[in-house]
Amino acid sequence: MAPESLGQIFVGTLLSNNFVLAMFLGLCPFLGVSARINTALPMGAATTFVIMVASLCAFGLNWLVTTFHLEFLRLISYIVIIASAVQLVEMFLKKNSPALFRALGIYLPLITTNCAVLGVALFQTAREYSFLQAMTFSFAGGAGFTLALLLMAGLRERLNFSSVPNVVQGTALSLMLAGLLSLAFMGFAGLGAGE
Amino acid sequence: MALPGQKQPSNMEEFLEGIWKQNPTFVMVLGMCPTLAVTVSAMNAISMGLATTFVLVASCLLVSTVRNIVPPQVRIATYILIIATFVTVVDYAIQAISLAVYDALGAFIQLIVVNCIILGRAEAHAAKNPPVRAAINAVGMGIGFTIGLFALGGVREVLGAGKLFGISLFGPDFQPWVVMVLPPGGFFVLASWLLLFNWLNSRKTRADRIETVGGHVHGA
Repeated sequence: MAPESLGQIFVGTLLSNNFVLAMFLGLCPFLGVSARINTALPMGAATTFVIMVASLCAFGLNWLVTTFHLEFLRLISYIVIIASAVQLVEMFLKKNSPALFRALGIYLPLITTNCAVLGVALFQTAREYSFLQAMTFSFAGGAGFTLALLLMAGLRERLNFSSVPNVVQGTALSLMLAGLLSLAFMGFAGLGAGE
Repeated sequence: MALPGQKQPSNMEEFLEGIWKQNPTFVMVLGMCPTLAVTVSAMNAISMGLATTFVLVASCLLVSTVRNIVPPQVRIATYILIIATFVTVVDYAIQAISLAVYDALGAFIQLIVVNCIILGRAEAHAAKNPPVRAAINAVGMGIGFTIGLFALGGVREVLGAGKLFGISLFGPDFQPWVVMVLPPGGFFVLASWLLLFNWLNSRKTRADRIETVGGHVHGA
């Protein structure tokens, strides 16, 4: 079992090892859905939910494949669980909030191929987290993703009102912004590391 | 499938599509997570590129072979399973070949499963084309991706560590630009490459426009 305390894991994953800005997980939705704040928040919430469900299932599955010595099936079983969890969220949103469902569009089913979700499952396995540690890790990861998404959306909404040279427009500009954000988050380095 | 009247692209065009016209890194901007995370050195970039290429080619070949058997409702799930199988193969193979590379790439080898390029190519190309054609296209895409990774990894290693493939370039007095091998450097280097291509493109379209209008081009 990993020795880190729950608080260390939470702060470390949320800020100094932010999923998007330090570990490069979940960049596609980060660049795709971060144009407006009011879609960024639900997207972050949906992803956090899927991450936590995936983490929970991955914990059970990992116990199962280790018990039966089927480690080579680990990756395949993780991805199947994640795909099912996303399907569940999609059906739930479609029934309870059709407007939101339409706003998120293609990015909702794409949570399946969000590296952050599979990343959580793989990292918690690699670091041998206990159940509580794994749940804290996944919640902090989702919260960190939402935080990065919100910051980015705020910046991009502001940018709409400024004039930007044509050459820089589009993905290049988003990446520059992400780079600056990432630079800012490096100031958190060492936070939550213990000692 | 080519529509009647539309010319079927030749094998050479299929091959070159991924390398230049539809380069996954610089044109489509797909598969960003591994692109930025593992490109701290040229060696890492090339190993990751080769691993992805293998998975891409093998999955596209298999997807294309079974494309007429799989019902459309479960096709995405089938593709994901096929991809996950080949990634498991690569994961074990890299562990057997070089433990150093395996440690450097870490969880990002298994994360090849969720690389958008592979699922994207399976859905957009392999599911609609015969196996040989799909494989040729996938090889091109894989090489294009590897070149993209190398372009990032090379620049980041040279600037951030003063080395290329671990060989020191500038002698012992070189002060490394450390931020380039840290996470922000990945964003900045990729943004700069995209800027360069945007700038070249805008120059090209401007030159074309001037030519068609019939005006004369002043010195650049």
